[in-house]
Amino acid sequence: MFFQEVATAGPQFFNLVPLIVFIPIIGLLTNILIGGRLGEKVVGAIASTASGLAFLVAVLLAVSLLGHPEGAVVPLANWISIGELNARWAFQVDSLSVTMMLVVAGVGTLIHIYSIGYMHEDVRLNGDPGRFRRFFVYMNLFIAAMMVLVSADNYLMLFVGWEGVGLCSYLLIGFWFEKGADGIGNAIAAKKAFVTNRIGDFGFLIAAFILFWAFRTFNFEEVFAAAPQVAAAMPGAILAITLFMLVGVTGKSAQIPLHVWLPDAMAGPTPVSALIHAATMVTAGVYLIARSHTLYALVPEAQAIVALVGGVTALFAATIAVGQFDIKRVLAYSTISQLGFMVAAVGMGAIAAGMFHLVAHAFFKALLFLGSGSVIQGVEHGHHHAEAHGKKKPGERFDPQDMRNMGGLRTRMRLTFWVYLIGALALAGIFPLVGFWSKDEILAESLLLQPTVFWLLLVAAFFTAFYMGRQVFLVFFGEPRSQAAAQAVESPASMTVPLVVLAFLSIFGGLLNLPGLHTFTTWLEHTLPDLHPGEFILVVAVGASIAALAGILLTWLLYRRRYEDMQRIPPARRPDDPLRQVLGPVFTVWENKYWVDELYWTVILNPYVALSRFLADVVDWRFWHDWFHDTLLWGGYNRLSTFLACAFDLGIIDGIANGLASATVRFAGGLRRIQTGYVRNYALSVFLGVILLIGYLILR
Amino acid sequence: MPVSYYIVLSAVLFTLGALGVLIRRNALVIFMSVELMLNAANLAFVAFSQLYGTLNGQIFVFFVMTVAAAEVAVGLALIVAIFRTKHSINVDEISSLKG
Repeated sequence: MFFQEVATAGPQFFNLVPLIVFIPIIGLLTNILIGGRLGEKVVGAIASTASGLAFLVAVLLAVSLLGHPEGAVVPLANWISIGELNARWAFQVDSLSVTMMLVVAGVGTLIHIYSIGYMHEDVRLNGDPGRFRRFFVYMNLFIAAMMVLVSADNYLMLFVGWEGVGLCSYLLIGFWFEKGADGIGNAIAAKKAFVTNRIGDFGFLIAAFILFWAFRTFNFEEVFAAAPQVAAAMPGAILAITLFMLVGVTGKSAQIPLHVWLPDAMAGPTPVSALIHAATMVTAGVYLIARSHTLYALVPEAQAIVALVGGVTALFAATIAVGQFDIKRVLAYSTISQLGFMVAAVGMGAIAAGMFHLVAHAFFKALLFLGSGSVIQGVEHGHHHAEAHGKKKPGERFDPQDMRNMGGLRTRMRLTFWVYLIGALALAGIFPLVGFWSKDEILAESLLLQPTVFWLLLVAAFFTAFYMGRQVFLVFFGEPRSQAAAQAVESPASMTVPLVVLAFLSIFGGLLNLPGLHTFTTWLEHTLPDLHPGEFILVVAVGASIAALAGILLTWLLYRRRYEDMQRIPPARRPDDPLRQVLGPVFTVWENKYWVDELYWTVILNPYVALSRFLADVVDWRFWHDWFHDTLLWGGYNRLSTFLACAFDLGIIDGIANGLASATVRFAGGLRRIQTGYVRNYALSVFLGVILLIGYLILR
Repeated sequence: MPVSYYIVLSAVLFTLGALGVLIRRNALVIFMSVELMLNAANLAFVAFSQLYGTLNGQIFVFFVMTVAAAEVAVGLALIVAIFRTKHSINVDEISSLKG
């Protein structure tokens, strides 16, 4: 068996690790250079193959790691060498980075394959087939950047990947940049994501600067080795590093208060939401905390804050998800909530639980997003079909993502329904799907480590089951609520096959880290020494399951029974959501996302805009331009040169010159009288002169 | 005879010459007055030469006479030239170089 040979072959396979970055780059270069002449299928195949080969490299690394669990650092090139700063391009191969590589390349490959089918339709529905190739170039670029992020052996290289994935996220959210509300909605969403991430990156940068100031190096190994001494010498520095790093994490992983960009990021094509904004990029923050675990372990205050941020985010976003009608927005808030679970876990020190949930979440959330993409495209097809047959007025505004327009898709899209159901149950944490094991491990750990956070997460778990149940019932059950939903069609095989694979992983992923066996924890222990295997607490598991089942039961009562009754009310008086009747204003608060966006607009953005207007209009234009530049400099210079030209030059300089001339003339006019022309006068002068000289000589 | 007599005579002659140069308007008379001044100087030279018993003064007189002769030649030529253009040798009428 080849893998056995790899496992026993020795560490030389670790040297393959640079390929994990270079293969996607080769793929994207191929598509840029010659992709235009190849067909869509070939472009998609090249991109998917690049991602698949990266996955193969990751698998080889993982198998080698089984034989050599100590891992390796593979240096590639020196990068910056100034004074004490020695940053290099080097790839860290250990169980943590390889786990991330497997997730990124594995889920990434499935999403690439799915995208071939999805984007084929998407570029046609949006009316620009030429953009098919661009999509895959961006996707490969993302894989490369993400690989740089997870394989870095120092914080500086990690930051390059961190920014690279941010760029790809921006490019892909704004993929249809001329679409969206008012023709710029998508561009605004992309900008919002970019700017919000910059705020987080600012925190990351400050953390990196303090880190270098305290440690004199960016290298992981050196930093973690020196951490105890530095912590003893200056404990404030470690606290500052960890907290500023948390700011970076809140930006990238969409935690409170910087979570606002992720729901808007759903403007990107659905595979992007699945890959970047659910499975991989947004987990970079979790990875960062896991990687920096040694630092966080030294400051319990920071750990408590991180765990609290995660816990609050988990509950906060889960409640918002309950009030959303857009199928992708529900998933977006669900992602924020699940990221809250992971951040809380890694924050409180339960690294294995957090990373396990990261992997599990990558499976089922990618599945859910891709499933929702399948649903949206199915409904959109139905919409076009209905339009073509005149059952709907063409041009009427129709939102294929609004769950109120769906219903009854269970029979129209059988396969999508089943895999979506599996994803939803996994997310809700139903035994024995992967979400049950991973979420349960986090809950059990938090009960021991941070009891406050435990209660937050438990309530969040209830809401998770609730919003997923609501979504499944609204989308797939009942009667179709629009012609489009009634005529929806199932997606092609290139889209459904990855769904099936992900569904399979969502079912059996729990085997990775079963309680008692702790395969995954043992695997990570090679990298993160002070891990402790999470205990399985039966009470917690049963409690969480009861919460989840209660949530689902509640949605069944509300959205299955009551919703069907509601359909008999005439549409004009019919409330759009049964929960609105039950909860009233609370639902409105959730529907409006606690008005966080509006709060930011009022507190930060509007004053900021007003300030920039003031700066531009008053300070820059009126003060600097009008007053300082025009009046003071230009006018002053003018007046000075006028003074110099008229008063000074004409008056004084010319006056001196002319005065000299006229004085000479006047003097000469006096002197000329001596020149009489009479020779006797001259003779007399000579005589007088001689007499004077002789008189002087005599009298001397 | 004491040498002071010669010197006094020389001074009187020189003064007469100088006055002639300053007062008279006829170029020829002025010229003659100049000659008188030169010869007054010659007389002083000879007198001092006799007094000190050296020949320097006597020899210098020859040089003065030579220069005087040259001067006379140039001066008379000038006067003739002036007379040809101005038809007058009144020096007060020859004042075209006045400032």
